[in-house]
Amino acid sequence: MKKGLFIVVLAGLFVLLVSSILKMPSLGSVDNPSYNETATYYLENSVEEAHAPNVIAAIITDYRAFDTLGETTVLFTSIAAVISVLSINHQDKKKGGDING
Amino acid sequence: MLILNVILVIFLIICAVAVERTKDLLGAVIIFAAYSLIMAVLWLMLQAPDIALTEAAIGAGVTTILFIGVISRTRRMEK
Amino acid sequence: MDDIIVKTITRLIVPFIQVYGIFVILHGHISPGGGFSGGAVLGSSMILFTLSFGLPMASRKIPHKVTSILETSGILWYIIIGLAGIYLGGKFLVNKEAGFFMGQAGELISAGIIPLLTLGIGIKVASTMITLFHTIIEED
Repeated sequence: MKKGLFIVVLAGLFVLLVSSILKMPSLGSVDNPSYNETATYYLENSVEEAHAPNVIAAIITDYRAFDTLGETTVLFTSIAAVISVLSINHQDKKKGGDING
Repeated sequence: MLILNVILVIFLIICAVAVERTKDLLGAVIIFAAYSLIMAVLWLMLQAPDIALTEAAIGAGVTTILFIGVISRTRRMEK
Repeated sequence: MDDIIVKTITRLIVPFIQVYGIFVILHGHISPGGGFSGGAVLGSSMILFTLSFGLPMASRKIPHKVTSILETSGILWYIIIGLAGIYLGGKFLVNKEAGFFMGQAGELISAGIIPLLTLGIGIKVASTMITLFHTIIEED
Protein backbone atom coordinates (compact mmCIF):
# COMPACT_ATOMS: atom_id res chain seq x y z
CA MET A 1 0.00 0.00 0.00
CA LYS A 2 2.68 2.44 1.04
CA LYS A 3 4.97 1.32 -1.77
CA GLY A 4 2.23 1.82 -4.35
CA LEU A 5 1.69 5.36 -3.11
CA PHE A 6 5.41 6.07 -3.41
CA ILE A 7 5.47 4.74 -6.97
CA VAL A 8 2.46 6.85 -7.98
CA VAL A 9 3.98 10.01 -6.48
CA LEU A 10 7.36 9.37 -8.09
CA ALA A 11 5.78 8.64 -11.47
CA GLY A 12 3.86 11.91 -11.26
CA LEU A 13 7.05 13.76 -10.39
CA PHE A 14 8.84 12.05 -13.30
CA VAL A 15 6.17 13.11 -15.80
CA LEU A 16 6.25 16.68 -14.42
CA LEU A 17 10.04 17.00 -14.65
CA VAL A 18 10.31 15.41 -18.11
CA SER A 19 7.53 17.62 -19.49
CA SER A 20 9.25 20.71 -18.04
CA ILE A 21 12.54 19.62 -19.66
CA LEU A 22 10.77 19.25 -23.01
CA LYS A 23 9.45 22.80 -22.64
CA MET A 24 12.93 24.25 -22.11
CA PRO A 25 14.62 26.14 -24.97
CA SER A 26 17.30 24.14 -26.72
CA LEU A 27 20.93 24.48 -25.70
CA GLY A 28 22.71 27.46 -27.27
CA SER A 29 19.61 28.85 -28.95
CA VAL A 30 19.39 32.61 -29.45
CA ASP A 31 15.86 32.72 -28.03
CA ASN A 32 17.13 31.46 -24.68
CA PRO A 33 15.75 33.78 -21.95
CA SER A 34 19.15 33.91 -20.22
CA TYR A 35 20.54 35.90 -23.17
CA ASN A 36 18.99 39.14 -21.99
CA GLU A 37 20.35 42.67 -22.06
CA THR A 38 22.78 42.03 -19.17
CA ALA A 39 24.70 39.39 -21.09
CA THR A 40 24.69 41.56 -24.19
CA TYR A 41 26.00 44.51 -22.18
CA TYR A 42 28.85 42.47 -20.72
CA LEU A 43 29.83 41.02 -24.09
CA GLU A 44 29.82 44.40 -25.79
CA ASN A 45 31.41 46.60 -23.13
CA SER A 46 33.74 44.47 -21.02
CA VAL A 47 36.77 44.86 -23.28
CA GLU A 48 36.32 48.60 -23.41
CA GLU A 49 35.56 49.12 -19.71
CA ALA A 50 37.79 46.53 -18.05
CA HIS A 51 40.41 45.98 -20.79
CA ALA A 52 40.18 42.23 -20.26
CA PRO A 53 39.55 39.90 -23.22
CA ASN A 54 38.40 37.18 -20.80
CA VAL A 55 34.85 38.33 -20.14
CA ILE A 56 34.39 35.95 -17.19
CA ALA A 57 37.40 37.43 -15.40
CA ALA A 58 36.04 40.90 -16.10
CA ILE A 59 32.69 39.93 -14.58
CA ILE A 60 33.93 38.16 -11.45
CA THR A 61 36.72 40.60 -10.56
CA ASP A 62 35.44 43.89 -11.89
CA TYR A 63 31.65 44.10 -12.17
CA ARG A 64 30.97 41.56 -9.41
CA ALA A 65 34.13 42.00 -7.36
CA PHE A 66 32.21 42.39 -4.12
CA ASP A 67 30.61 38.95 -4.63
CA THR A 68 34.04 37.46 -5.10
CA LEU A 69 35.09 39.05 -1.82
CA GLY A 70 32.20 37.23 -0.17
CA GLU A 71 33.24 33.98 -1.83
CA THR A 72 36.79 34.39 -0.54
CA THR A 73 35.39 35.05 2.92
CA VAL A 74 33.46 31.77 2.71
CA LEU A 75 36.72 29.93 1.99
CA PHE A 76 38.42 31.70 4.89
CA THR A 77 35.60 30.86 7.29
CA SER A 78 35.50 27.22 6.23
CA ILE A 79 39.22 26.73 6.70
CA ALA A 80 39.04 28.43 10.10
CA ALA A 81 36.24 26.04 11.13
CA VAL A 82 38.17 22.98 9.91
CA ILE A 83 41.32 23.99 11.77
CA SER A 84 39.44 24.77 14.97
CA VAL A 85 37.70 21.37 14.88
CA LEU A 86 40.58 19.16 13.80
CA SER A 87 43.48 20.63 15.75
CA ILE A 88 42.07 19.74 19.19
CA ASN A 89 43.70 16.32 18.96
CA HIS A 90 46.87 17.99 17.90
CA GLN A 91 46.98 20.10 21.08
CA ASP A 92 46.40 17.05 23.28
CA LYS A 93 49.18 15.17 21.62
CA LYS A 94 51.59 18.05 22.03
CA LYS A 95 51.02 17.98 25.78
CA GLY A 96 52.27 14.42 25.83
CA GLY A 97 55.66 15.51 24.53
CA ASP A 98 55.39 14.39 20.92
CA ILE A 99 55.90 17.46 18.73
CA ASN A 100 54.35 17.01 15.33
CA GLY A 101 54.47 19.52 12.48
CA MET B 1 30.40 14.82 -31.85
CA LEU B 2 26.79 14.14 -30.84
CA ILE B 3 27.47 10.42 -30.42
CA LEU B 4 30.43 11.15 -28.13
CA ASN B 5 28.22 13.51 -26.12
CA VAL B 6 25.51 10.87 -25.71
CA ILE B 7 28.06 8.22 -24.68
CA LEU B 8 29.58 10.57 -22.10
CA VAL B 9 26.20 11.49 -20.62
CA ILE B 10 25.17 7.82 -20.36
CA PHE B 11 28.47 7.00 -18.66
CA LEU B 12 27.93 9.97 -16.33
CA ILE B 13 24.53 8.63 -15.27
CA ILE B 14 25.98 5.13 -14.76
CA CYS B 15 28.74 6.60 -12.58
CA ALA B 16 26.27 8.64 -10.55
CA VAL B 17 24.12 5.58 -9.86
CA ALA B 18 27.17 3.42 -9.10
CA VAL B 19 28.44 5.91 -6.49
CA GLU B 20 25.18 5.53 -4.63
CA ARG B 21 25.04 1.73 -4.94
CA THR B 22 28.62 0.93 -3.91
CA LYS B 23 29.10 -0.29 -0.34
CA ASP B 24 32.88 0.12 -0.41
CA LEU B 25 33.49 3.81 0.28
CA LEU B 26 36.96 3.81 -1.28
CA GLY B 27 35.55 2.40 -4.51
CA ALA B 28 32.76 4.98 -4.40
CA VAL B 29 35.34 7.76 -4.13
CA ILE B 30 37.25 6.43 -7.15
CA ILE B 31 34.01 6.25 -9.16
CA PHE B 32 33.27 9.80 -8.07
CA ALA B 33 36.67 10.88 -9.47
CA ALA B 34 35.72 9.26 -12.80
CA TYR B 35 32.41 11.15 -12.64
CA SER B 36 34.27 14.44 -12.15
CA LEU B 37 36.59 13.68 -15.05
CA ILE B 38 33.66 12.96 -17.41
CA MET B 39 31.98 16.12 -16.15
CA ALA B 40 35.17 18.09 -16.99
CA VAL B 41 35.15 16.75 -20.56
CA LEU B 42 31.46 17.65 -20.83
CA TRP B 43 32.14 21.20 -19.63
CA LEU B 44 34.85 21.44 -22.29
CA MET B 45 32.36 20.34 -24.94
CA LEU B 46 29.90 22.95 -23.65
CA GLN B 47 32.52 25.65 -24.47
CA ALA B 48 33.35 26.41 -20.83
CA PRO B 49 37.10 25.77 -20.55
CA ASP B 50 37.63 27.55 -17.23
CA ILE B 51 34.93 25.52 -15.49
CA ALA B 52 36.51 22.41 -17.01
CA LEU B 53 39.88 23.42 -15.57
CA THR B 54 38.41 23.99 -12.12
CA GLU B 55 36.42 20.76 -12.21
CA ALA B 56 39.44 18.71 -13.25
CA ALA B 57 41.64 20.25 -10.55
CA ILE B 58 39.18 20.37 -7.65
CA GLY B 59 36.63 17.66 -8.46
CA ALA B 60 38.96 14.96 -9.73
CA GLY B 61 42.07 15.90 -7.75
CA VAL B 62 41.63 17.61 -4.42
CA THR B 63 38.20 16.26 -3.48
CA THR B 64 39.27 12.65 -4.09
CA ILE B 65 42.37 13.05 -1.96
CA LEU B 66 40.46 14.73 0.85
CA PHE B 67 37.82 11.95 0.82
CA ILE B 68 40.54 9.30 0.94
CA GLY B 69 42.16 11.16 3.84
CA VAL B 70 38.85 11.13 5.71
CA ILE B 71 38.22 7.43 4.94
CA SER B 72 41.67 6.51 6.25
CA ARG B 73 40.62 7.99 9.61
CA THR B 74 37.18 6.35 9.74
CA ARG B 75 35.96 2.93 8.57
CA ARG B 76 36.05 1.81 4.97
CA MET B 77 32.84 -0.16 4.50
CA GLU B 78 29.38 1.34 4.65
CA LYS B 79 27.16 -0.30 7.24
CA MET C 1 55.46 6.09 0.86
CA ASP C 2 59.02 5.03 0.22
CA ASP C 3 59.14 4.34 -3.49
CA ILE C 4 61.97 5.65 -5.65
CA ILE C 5 59.90 5.75 -8.83
CA VAL C 6 57.18 7.87 -7.25
CA LYS C 7 59.76 10.18 -5.66
CA THR C 8 61.70 10.70 -8.90
CA ILE C 9 58.60 11.31 -10.99
CA THR C 10 57.26 13.73 -8.37
CA ARG C 11 60.53 15.62 -8.26
CA LEU C 12 60.45 15.94 -12.04
CA ILE C 13 56.79 16.84 -12.48
CA VAL C 14 56.08 19.22 -9.59
CA PRO C 15 57.92 22.26 -11.09
CA PHE C 16 55.94 21.90 -14.32
CA ILE C 17 52.63 21.77 -12.45
CA GLN C 18 53.61 24.84 -10.45
CA VAL C 19 54.63 26.78 -13.55
CA TYR C 20 51.31 25.89 -15.14
CA GLY C 21 49.42 27.04 -12.06
CA ILE C 22 51.30 30.33 -11.97
CA PHE C 23 50.63 30.76 -15.69
CA VAL C 24 46.91 30.23 -15.19
CA ILE C 25 46.86 32.73 -12.32
CA LEU C 26 48.88 35.43 -14.07
CA HIS C 27 46.99 35.12 -17.37
CA GLY C 28 43.63 35.13 -15.65
CA HIS C 29 42.43 38.22 -17.50
CA ILE C 30 43.59 37.07 -20.96
CA SER C 31 43.04 33.32 -21.24
CA PRO C 32 40.57 30.90 -19.63
CA GLY C 33 41.25 30.28 -15.98
CA GLY C 34 41.71 32.63 -13.11
CA GLY C 35 42.32 32.66 -9.42
CA PHE C 36 40.29 29.64 -8.37
CA SER C 37 41.50 27.18 -11.00
CA GLY C 38 45.13 28.32 -10.88
CA GLY C 39 45.15 28.20 -7.10
CA ALA C 40 43.69 24.69 -7.16
CA VAL C 41 46.44 23.55 -9.55
CA LEU C 42 49.13 25.11 -7.34
CA GLY C 43 47.66 23.55 -4.21
CA SER C 44 47.39 20.10 -5.79
CA SER C 45 51.07 20.24 -6.75
CA MET C 46 51.97 20.63 -3.08
CA ILE C 47 49.49 17.86 -2.19
CA LEU C 48 51.32 15.58 -4.62
CA PHE C 49 54.61 16.51 -2.98
CA THR C 50 53.18 15.71 0.47
CA LEU C 51 51.82 12.36 -0.70
CA SER C 52 55.11 11.14 -2.07
CA PHE C 53 57.61 12.65 0.39
CA GLY C 54 55.63 12.55 3.61
CA LEU C 55 54.31 15.25 5.91
CA PRO C 56 57.55 16.15 7.78
CA MET C 57 59.41 16.95 4.54
CA ALA C 58 56.46 18.98 3.20
CA SER C 59 56.14 20.82 6.51
CA ARG C 60 59.80 21.76 6.18
CA LYS C 61 59.19 23.06 2.64
CA ILE C 62 56.07 25.05 3.48
CA PRO C 63 55.35 25.24 7.23
CA HIS C 64 51.94 25.68 8.75
CA LYS C 65 52.83 29.20 9.85
CA VAL C 66 53.62 30.28 6.28
CA THR C 67 50.33 28.94 4.90
CA SER C 68 48.38 30.72 7.65
CA ILE C 69 50.12 34.00 6.85
CA LEU C 70 49.56 33.53 3.09
CA GLU C 71 45.92 32.73 3.65
CA THR C 72 45.27 35.78 5.80
CA SER C 73 47.29 38.07 3.56
CA GLY C 74 45.38 36.92 0.46
CA ILE C 75 42.07 38.21 1.73
CA LEU C 76 43.68 41.31 3.29
CA TRP C 77 45.32 42.09 -0.07
CA TYR C 78 41.89 41.89 -1.71
CA ILE C 79 40.40 44.32 0.80
CA ILE C 80 43.39 46.69 0.53
CA ILE C 81 42.98 46.84 -3.27
CA GLY C 82 39.33 47.64 -2.72
CA LEU C 83 40.15 50.40 -0.24
CA ALA C 84 42.73 51.83 -2.66
CA GLY C 85 39.82 52.40 -5.04
CA ILE C 86 38.16 54.56 -2.37
CA TYR C 87 41.43 56.39 -1.70
CA LEU C 88 41.91 57.16 -5.41
CA GLY C 89 38.44 58.65 -5.62
CA GLY C 90 35.85 56.05 -6.47
CA LYS C 91 33.76 53.34 -4.92
CA PHE C 92 34.88 50.15 -3.17
CA LEU C 93 36.67 47.84 -5.64
CA VAL C 94 36.25 50.20 -8.58
CA ASN C 95 38.54 49.65 -11.52
CA LYS C 96 38.57 52.20 -14.31
CA GLU C 97 37.15 55.25 -12.57
CA ALA C 98 39.85 55.12 -9.90
CA GLY C 99 42.57 55.52 -12.51
CA PHE C 100 44.40 52.21 -12.23
CA PHE C 101 46.78 51.42 -15.08
CA MET C 102 44.60 49.99 -17.82
CA GLY C 103 47.12 49.50 -20.65
CA GLN C 104 46.38 47.78 -23.93
CA ALA C 105 43.69 45.10 -23.83
CA GLY C 106 45.29 41.70 -24.32
CA GLU C 107 48.71 42.42 -22.83
CA LEU C 108 49.96 40.86 -19.62
CA ILE C 109 50.24 44.11 -17.63
CA SER C 110 46.85 45.69 -18.23
CA ALA C 111 43.26 45.65 -17.01
CA GLY C 112 43.85 47.57 -13.77
CA ILE C 113 42.97 45.64 -10.61
CA ILE C 114 41.95 42.37 -12.30
CA PRO C 115 45.42 40.68 -12.27
CA LEU C 116 46.07 41.92 -8.71
CA LEU C 117 42.80 40.49 -7.42
CA THR C 118 43.38 37.24 -9.33
CA LEU C 119 46.81 36.94 -7.73
CA GLY C 120 45.30 37.39 -4.26
CA ILE C 121 42.58 34.79 -4.91
CA GLY C 122 45.12 32.33 -6.31
CA ILE C 123 47.41 32.56 -3.29
CA LYS C 124 44.42 32.21 -0.98
CA VAL C 125 42.97 29.14 -2.69
CA ALA C 126 46.36 27.40 -2.94
CA SER C 127 47.14 27.89 0.73
CA THR C 128 43.61 26.79 1.64
CA MET C 129 44.08 23.48 -0.20
CA ILE C 130 47.49 22.89 1.39
CA THR C 131 46.27 23.74 4.91
CA LEU C 132 43.17 21.54 4.58
CA PHE C 133 45.16 18.53 3.43
CA HIS C 134 47.91 18.95 6.02
CA THR C 135 45.35 19.37 8.80
CA ILE C 136 43.46 16.22 7.78
CA ILE C 137 46.46 13.89 7.46
CA GLU C 138 48.27 15.28 10.49
CA GLU C 139 49.40 13.21 13.53
CA ASP C 140 49.44 9.86 11.80
